[in-house]
Amino acid sequence: MIRFILRRIAQSIPTLLAVVTVSFFLMRLAPGGPFDLERPLAPAALENLRRVYGLDRPLLAQFGSYLAALARGDLGPSFSFRDRSVLDLIARGLPVSGVLGGLALLVATSLGVGLGIAAALRRGGAVDRLLGIGAALTLSLPSFVVAPLLQIAFGLSLRWLPLSGWADGAPSHLVLPVITLALPQVGALARLTRTSLAEVLRTQPVRTMRSLGLPPLRVTRHALRGALLPVVAYLGPLAASLLTGSVVVETIFGLPGIGRYFVEGALNRDYTLVMGTVLLVAGLVIALNLAADLACAWLDPRLRVAA
Amino acid sequence: MRLRRRDWLAGAAALATVRPAAAAEPIYHRGNDADPETLDPHRSSTVAEAQILRDLCDGLLTYDNQGTIIPGAAKAWTISEDGLTLHFDLRPDGRWSNGEPVTGEDFVFSLRRILDPATGAKYAEILFPILNAAAINRGEKPVNVLGVTADGPLALTITLEQPTPYILELLTHQTALPVHRASVERYGESFTRPGNLVTNGPYRLTDTVPGGAVRLEANPHHPDAASVAIRRVDFLPTPDMAAAVRRYAAGELDSLSDLPADQIADLRRRFGSQVVLGPSLGLAALAVNTRKAPFSDRRVRQALSLVIDREYLAAGLNGGTMSPAYSLCPPGLDNYRTPPETAGRSGLPIDHEEEARRLLAEAGFGPDRPLTVEYRFNVSDNNRIVAVAIGEMWRDLGVVTRYVYTDAKTHFAYLRDGGDFDVARMSWIADYADPQNFLFLLQSGNDGLNAGHWSDPAYDALLAQAAAERDLSRRADLLYDAEAIALRELPWIPLMHYRSKALIAPRLHGYHPNVRNAAPTRFLRLDA
Amino acid sequence: MSGAVATAGPARRTLARLARMRTALAALTVLMLIALACLAGPALTGHDPDRAYPDLRQLPAGLAAQPDASHLGPALERLAFRMRVHLDATAREGDTLRLTLASDAGVDRRSLVYLPRSGLFGQPAVQEERDGGRSLVVTVQVRRLHFLFGTDVQGRDLLTRCLAAGRISLAIGLAASLVALLIGVAYGATAGFLGGAIDATMMRCVDVLYALPFVFFVILLLVFFRPSLTLMLVAIAAVEWLDMARVVRAQTLSLRERDFVRAARALGVRAPGIIARHIVPNTLGPVAVTATLLVPQVILLESFLSFLGLGVQEPQTSWGVLVADGARSIEAAPHMLAAPAFFLIATLVALNVFGDGVADALDPQAG
Repeated sequence: MIRFILRRIAQSIPTLLAVVTVSFFLMRLAPGGPFDLERPLAPAALENLRRVYGLDRPLLAQFGSYLAALARGDLGPSFSFRDRSVLDLIARGLPVSGVLGGLALLVATSLGVGLGIAAALRRGGAVDRLLGIGAALTLSLPSFVVAPLLQIAFGLSLRWLPLSGWADGAPSHLVLPVITLALPQVGALARLTRTSLAEVLRTQPVRTMRSLGLPPLRVTRHALRGALLPVVAYLGPLAASLLTGSVVVETIFGLPGIGRYFVEGALNRDYTLVMGTVLLVAGLVIALNLAADLACAWLDPRLRVAA
Repeated sequence: MRLRRRDWLAGAAALATVRPAAAAEPIYHRGNDADPETLDPHRSSTVAEAQILRDLCDGLLTYDNQGTIIPGAAKAWTISEDGLTLHFDLRPDGRWSNGEPVTGEDFVFSLRRILDPATGAKYAEILFPILNAAAINRGEKPVNVLGVTADGPLALTITLEQPTPYILELLTHQTALPVHRASVERYGESFTRPGNLVTNGPYRLTDTVPGGAVRLEANPHHPDAASVAIRRVDFLPTPDMAAAVRRYAAGELDSLSDLPADQIADLRRRFGSQVVLGPSLGLAALAVNTRKAPFSDRRVRQALSLVIDREYLAAGLNGGTMSPAYSLCPPGLDNYRTPPETAGRSGLPIDHEEEARRLLAEAGFGPDRPLTVEYRFNVSDNNRIVAVAIGEMWRDLGVVTRYVYTDAKTHFAYLRDGGDFDVARMSWIADYADPQNFLFLLQSGNDGLNAGHWSDPAYDALLAQAAAERDLSRRADLLYDAEAIALRELPWIPLMHYRSKALIAPRLHGYHPNVRNAAPTRFLRLDA
Repeated sequence: MSGAVATAGPARRTLARLARMRTALAALTVLMLIALACLAGPALTGHDPDRAYPDLRQLPAGLAAQPDASHLGPALERLAFRMRVHLDATAREGDTLRLTLASDAGVDRRSLVYLPRSGLFGQPAVQEERDGGRSLVVTVQVRRLHFLFGTDVQGRDLLTRCLAAGRISLAIGLAASLVALLIGVAYGATAGFLGGAIDATMMRCVDVLYALPFVFFVILLLVFFRPSLTLMLVAIAAVEWLDMARVVRAQTLSLRERDFVRAARALGVRAPGIIARHIVPNTLGPVAVTATLLVPQVILLESFLSFLGLGVQEPQTSWGVLVADGARSIEAAPHMLAAPAFFLIATLVALNVFGDGVADALDPQAG
């Protein structure tokens, strides 16, 4: 098992390197640079800035020094937030996005899996039928529609909850963003769980267990172990995307997370900030996929042997 | 929730009469359109930063809440007869937020720092009227030859390259603000962090959260600290205007610095007189590619300009948050007369249309050979709405409009690099209220802004003459003549002049819209 | 899953099973209706999707004929200003409007063209000229326009725009899914069939792409090149084929060892032939499920890009663009959100429900 983990970690290094290379050069190919403003800079100012940030050097040399800095754990200075380093920006924003994403993940998983189980156990029942449409509905609502609706309903009309701000993570400030983030995933997870569990419940071993007269609860628990495999596999990438924030949720709710850095960084040509966030996401995706695989192995003994 | 908490606080304050209302001291939640990219005045470039920096730092001169230039760190100044030398006497009680006195040397250090190429200042250009500034910024001269010298701790002399009527206004700009030498030298890049940043303005920094808030509190060392009514202010970025309006409606923001123009009627209905419109020094225009046929033909440019219904764009589409522009310079500039106008305001629109048709026909376009225009703009809701409306107006003339829109960086890089466009959306917000700040846009060689590389020797000559002219009224005439040329040739088709638009809560007092867009928090007052 | 090569048998069984599922069928019907409306609708609403009525901007949804009394006044005022005249008198009899226009400089008859150009009026007829041309009495027909779903910021009919937008959204959804499908199936089947080092390398590439945040990827693609519909398709397809490739590869790996594939190989059929004839047809089940669920994902991704301002460009429009516009003016003009959101959500829900139905129908053990 340890060897398996180590091998996966070793494998991830070339993957990360490829990600860094691809995004570095992709980013530099995009038209415009970090200093192309609505008010064009004087040529002298532009020249000075390019020199200060080393953008006047050949691209390969820049890539080399980026990699060298990366090896030291330095993600470089941000081009658009000039007072801060990329590491600092991520360190400030990640906890916010992490708390929101973590809570959303928790809510989505418990609700989604719960509903999915209820639907699978009684196929064609009320829960199942409601879930069919309900899951489809939550999957179909763009978050930039859900967020303003929630603000208007709970913030402006009912005045139950604050509309915006982080307020050091005060619970009342978390409710609306977490709902917005979790909603589509509730549907996705419920659907996945339902399909998967229903399939397992029909398999020969489960039927045999039932016919042998084992108590239904035990049968279900046994079936669940297998049924959760695809759910856990789905949770890996889902967790990575939830934990790294969402630009829509952060701009509408005024939250200081890191989700907006992908979009802002790309649109501002903030090369280093984009590289930093891409690396973070890539690292998380790899790590959480590994975690998901390990969880799957734990759930399914056959996979454990294979590993 | 909020209300209840405030009631509770008010109740607590009433009970605990021993303790003054320090805990209940209201915080001014100030909506500020974007996150500051930096709090280093020398690297700063945005309007959002200017608002914060005006609270944090006192330049030699600064603005009050009417946009009038008032003494800042300097208490008095004189300008020499030839307009080339300025003497400033600093306030003897001027203090940094750590209690140290503000000296002339601080300004020498600061002005040298921004012009030093190693600082990488975006807008060092603003200070180029100072002697040797341009050469220093280009790396051709050492910083110590800059025309700024301290004559004793409280006296400062600034020498200029040539007389500059708007020099005092330049010295209120964020680029001319002082930084604290010892902390810059001690902390380097991170001197702007909370805890490190030492400023000389009415407020000091307590916290910054990227994407969250910039928090300031009154600076007890400031000489006017006693008159500062608002003790704490949070600058909150509002990138999504619709969400910002909701936050304002819920009382989470006390003022908004920008509003969605297409919803102004609804905002007026909901918020009444809390919607405050004011003058501004901005121009929205279409740059035409004068190097490219058929747009090199003046008649084509004139025809396109003549049929634009600017009143509809400004009053209809933008709900009166813009005003129709027939000139480059907006009204309300210093050192100028009423600007000349391009054809279109007076006379019958139907005549303009026929004239436009005639001009296009002369240029070889007609029903069987329609003119096709590619309209480029950087994407934003408002730009799109205006673009579509202008396309409709041109359609009445038989012109076919195609749109290309890109993100801002691509748009401006494309124009700067001499991209092959037909017409492109441009906008300009002036740095100082002088016609020169609008007319230099179309100077030969100003390729970034003069995207069509329009070049007219007579225009350039008039601007050069005006720059050397010391008599302000003769200078105004020269600039007027130059603008008249530009409005006849139309390398930029002026569309609208900006107006400032704000939402101001009833509990906030002292906000007066003004062309400098100045609303220093120190002059505002907030009801608890 | 039976080991036999796909024949008409299972396909027909699947279809028959699908036919028994009423929800899936209902979803399919909804989809067909929406598609039909989008194809035929814009021609039937009586408005051109690009036609702007400057005097009827942000009109709420409703059945009443426009311009109604509250819009007629301001419209006439705007037009009078455009003609540089003042309205001395207005009288309305049925659909006929009798206007008295006056101007000290004389009323120019050519200016009357602005009346029909506004889209609200028919051709004006001059009844009388007074004061040597300083005053003009004109009659004009007021048109009766209907905007069931209201109008947008420019005064364009939202129903027409929603339907026209639907064409683009559905086209993007289908085409991008198709492209993703083709790439994904070809890539996955090849990797799975060839196996070994080639498989490992190919899947490592997929891993790298997976690890890149897709938003970043799409934004970059959209800013690199001149934005266009095709590019949008390519950008979306470029990030959406990965799942498909994984699904197909997993299927292929198990199929590879089946007897009929071995037999084909023993008979000397070459790899491309085996992949095309034996592997791909047998992966169709899971592929169909993934594909039906891919279409709504693609449409949603397009709407997210529209929210960022990187969506479909004027004069074309998509549901995403309209919904993003509507979300921004949700309080001022809720109808601007309601109309496109209705179409978008109905379509996505129908697609999702239909996808579930297909999945159930393909499941050999179900019902």
